[in-house]
Amino acid sequence: MAKNKQQKAKASKKKTWDLSPAPESTSHVQLKKKYELYIDGKWVKPTSGKYFPSINPGNEEKIADVAHADAKDVDKAVKAARKAYDNVWSKMSGKERGKYLFRIARMIQERAREFAVIESMDGGKPIRESRDVDVPLAANHFFYYAGWADKLEFAFPNRKVEALGVAGQIIPWNFPLLMAAWKIAPALATGNTIVIKPAETTSLTALKLAELIHEAGVPPGVVNVVTGFGDTGAEIVNHPDVNKVAFTGSTNVGKLIQNAIAGTKKKSTLELGGKSANIIFEDAPIDQAVEGIVNGIFFNQGHVCCAGSRLFVQEGVADQVIKKLKNRLDHLYIGDPLDKNTDVGAINSKEQLDTIRKYIEIGKNEGNDIYESSCNMPSKGYFCKPTLVLNVAQSSKLVQEEIFGPVLTVQTFRTVDEVIQKANNTPYGLAAGVWTDKGSKIFNLTGKLRAGVIWANTYNRFDPVSPFGGYKESGFGREGGLHGLEAYVKLA
Amino acid sequence: MKSSASKKLNIPDFRFTPTIDKVGVEERVARIQSRSIKKESKVEGMKMALNMIDLTTLEGKDTPGKVKQLCYKAQHLHDHYPDLPTVAAVCVYPSMVKTAKKALGNSGIKVASVSTAFPSGQAPRNIKLDDTKFAVDQGADEIDMVISRGEFLAGNYDFVFDEIAAIKEACGQARLKVILETGELVTLDNVRRASEIAMYAGADFIKTSTGKIQPAATMQVTYTMLMAIKDYYDKTGIMVGMKPAGGISKSKLALHNLIMVKETVGDDWLDNEWFRFGASSLANDILMQLVKQQTGAYQSGDYFSID
Amino acid sequence: MERLGILKTYKIYIGGKFPRTESGRYYSPKNASGEALANICLSSRKDLRNAVVAARSAFGGWAERAAFNRSQIVYRIAEMLEGRRAQFLEELMKQGSTKQQAEKEINLSIDRIVYYAGWCDKYQQIFSTVNPVSSSHFNFSAMEPTGVVGVIAPEEGSLIGLVSTIIPIIAGGNTVVCLASEKLPLCAITFAEVLQTSDVPGGVVNILTGNEKELLEHFGSHMDINALCYAGASEDHLTQLNKLSTGNLKRIRNFEANCMDESSQSPYFIQDYQEVKTTWHPIENIGGSTSTY
Repeated sequence: MAKNKQQKAKASKKKTWDLSPAPESTSHVQLKKKYELYIDGKWVKPTSGKYFPSINPGNEEKIADVAHADAKDVDKAVKAARKAYDNVWSKMSGKERGKYLFRIARMIQERAREFAVIESMDGGKPIRESRDVDVPLAANHFFYYAGWADKLEFAFPNRKVEALGVAGQIIPWNFPLLMAAWKIAPALATGNTIVIKPAETTSLTALKLAELIHEAGVPPGVVNVVTGFGDTGAEIVNHPDVNKVAFTGSTNVGKLIQNAIAGTKKKSTLELGGKSANIIFEDAPIDQAVEGIVNGIFFNQGHVCCAGSRLFVQEGVADQVIKKLKNRLDHLYIGDPLDKNTDVGAINSKEQLDTIRKYIEIGKNEGNDIYESSCNMPSKGYFCKPTLVLNVAQSSKLVQEEIFGPVLTVQTFRTVDEVIQKANNTPYGLAAGVWTDKGSKIFNLTGKLRAGVIWANTYNRFDPVSPFGGYKESGFGREGGLHGLEAYVKLA
Repeated sequence: MKSSASKKLNIPDFRFTPTIDKVGVEERVARIQSRSIKKESKVEGMKMALNMIDLTTLEGKDTPGKVKQLCYKAQHLHDHYPDLPTVAAVCVYPSMVKTAKKALGNSGIKVASVSTAFPSGQAPRNIKLDDTKFAVDQGADEIDMVISRGEFLAGNYDFVFDEIAAIKEACGQARLKVILETGELVTLDNVRRASEIAMYAGADFIKTSTGKIQPAATMQVTYTMLMAIKDYYDKTGIMVGMKPAGGISKSKLALHNLIMVKETVGDDWLDNEWFRFGASSLANDILMQLVKQQTGAYQSGDYFSID
Repeated sequence: MERLGILKTYKIYIGGKFPRTESGRYYSPKNASGEALANICLSSRKDLRNAVVAARSAFGGWAERAAFNRSQIVYRIAEMLEGRRAQFLEELMKQGSTKQQAEKEINLSIDRIVYYAGWCDKYQQIFSTVNPVSSSHFNFSAMEPTGVVGVIAPEEGSLIGLVSTIIPIIAGGNTVVCLASEKLPLCAITFAEVLQTSDVPGGVVNILTGNEKELLEHFGSHMDINALCYAGASEDHLTQLNKLSTGNLKRIRNFEANCMDESSQSPYFIQDYQEVKTTWHPIENIGGSTSTY
């Protein structure tokens, strides 16, 4: 023992082996200084003449100026979409529509690296994620729905399938390209035309996608991209000639949208917030569970609607899990989103960083035990250390409200019934994680957890064939898989 | 000393070792393998890896002449490249220990000897003990034993534990590396269980493979063993070394192994006191990469001595 | 001397019991010839509250029943209804149907219940999927009931309107709080008696009578109702419900089908009150082609 301690002391003195910076090259990326609106197959200036800057949250520098669409621009876009629907897209066979989608999928694959780099520059997410998750999934999503375009009668037995018309789509800033793919691919496959608005902090990959769609020869007006803020989104929602509103974002805005379209015949799907439970039982594969916790809350800086933001650990393993978790937090690399070794990138905007900090402050004032990763922090850009909030009460604001950042609340539990009750004790119902080695326990929990996606012994996995969407205030409708088609069709 | 420590330990019931989810391990390993090791960190890492190699020859056709050559290579990896470290040890059969010991002199390079009826371990305990004592008497600094995989798979964990403890005692001052032969254990749950048995029985190192069975030192297996080492350390305060052996012949894989060590058990293990590569051709691949970094030109094996 | 008949008191149905409205109020709907049908409970928001409590507490048990068992219970409703034909015939005719119309409505109602009894353990197989994800995981999407569903029954079709809206919802494992037709309420309470004697656990279906306009706001704003089926006739009411429902994001379905038509029965009416739950689990593939171990 004594010898071991000595050796340990000696070992501690040696200097650590650190990774050199490994930034992804940006030399092949083509970006314009200024982006117009993509309406009716053309790049048009906004009526108002107004533009807003898109900022790189990793270094706080401006990347490009982006047009701010107003009511007139949205009207133009909806008219273009209606014309394209009436004259071209609704008359085209499913087979031909599908071929356009296949083509888009292939072109995204060809230009994958460029998309990944822009996504990380514009949104702050680590290049490892945009390269390995966002962009390939986006391409795969188009590829999957391409194949549905001429097979819709098999998706809805005994029913005749019709498109809805013009779909208005509003997407968030956490997965800008992927969310565009989730919205555009099924809508086009089912024969709708589109007016889509990316989030104001992350417009660039949607605009690059518009370039690509144009290049793919998709007829003018089938896809229109209007950029702007909430006011632009409201114009889409309220436009009388929009048949469908698809929204991904906060529950508050989702409710406003639902209220705004009440009394209209507009169909809607809402994919909203979450406060998902990640539940670790004593018999879980602990080391993999710890990885699942990390992947559940620190993936994309916690800017994930289905983030496993509430951790429940069974008391017998709580100390062990928390110790391992702290150790794991200390080994995360935080910093330059374009560095290939970065695990946690930049918070998407200053505004969001302020929100997260406000919650951490509340956590401190509540007297919770807060643990922050010992990782190095960059001097510039919007960054937040991965944070654990320990010994927190179920009634705490941090447990009740969606923080949308790298902040994990940790609670312990004793029995299965107790944890099911606590996990379901939220207005949300998007996702949940369950970690145990016992099959019958998994199915007991997956049955009783009121959430749309259950990850058992894994977390934050996504696939184009897998339906995604929530229960309760996490929204309604599904995206992905066969069930994702339903959002864009009427059945007769 | 370790065995006396182990008497104070609470020996767990090895039927109930933690379970491992293999898909989760694969995902974790994939994350580690996506690490990008560039420039200074690459050169530093490769030098560190060289210094962790147990340069190995374990063939029936080994002769004293072949072993002497290997020992020379161990001390002179590539004389054209200044300030290279030496390897950590030379690993041979017991019959070659004396030759190796003499050839290495006071270079500081250790002599490791396989024992216990390596590689199958299919011999009675007294023969395994004699085998071990012989190697130690010949001057071996380290003993690489194999566990009785048949007994392990039959569920006779006590047998495996007692055998390791007995060999440990026979080692005296020599450090004991316990080879699990993970390719024959098949599941990661078994790898985890065997790791715990070995550590609680007194292993100074746990080692993946003999090099005679495929698959050998996969990242998944090494990860599982490192996590067992980490848990053992957290529980007992005792550091146990790790030696992946077999199948690591490229510098990139070696670097990913080192990253894995750094991100699991931590920087304290990044030292040949606690981490070794059992390999025969890895050294030359690292040397070629080092020269490439130095000159910018991709290298040919013709310019590096094979042993 | 002619025997004096015993008149039926029409109460409401909450948690398997027949209380009077807590408000003590009543109304007297009249048929086409101006004849008063009966004194009917004018349910209050507190009755609605009580009904939702009953429906919520019945939900877990009903949702977790074996599908086959739900199927048998729904079939049992049809059996009980068949046995009470005479009473429904009398009530329907009292409310203005001809004998022929009334018989048709009863037959259709019984057959529709049998139709949905058969679906209880089958719709899952139609609407669920196994999803072939690219990673080493098993992934499937199954149907789960949405929860407590409020039903505003059609004004027309005293019996068939209830059957067409309520039965697919409970066949899918939800529990129901239903507001019966205001002008044709007689069958609603008799139907509740059928439910009560047919193994449907108390609280699974709760039936109120009263004024749509009065209760609308509370159906829409109640935070423990998960979905609404609006089969009423007012566009304004539907809009109001849609606005109120944003409070907890209720799923709103507008039931527009003609209940006397075959098109008003389909498993898609069950699916309307189902949530899609997708579950992932790793697959270990030792020795598989992609395995590196």
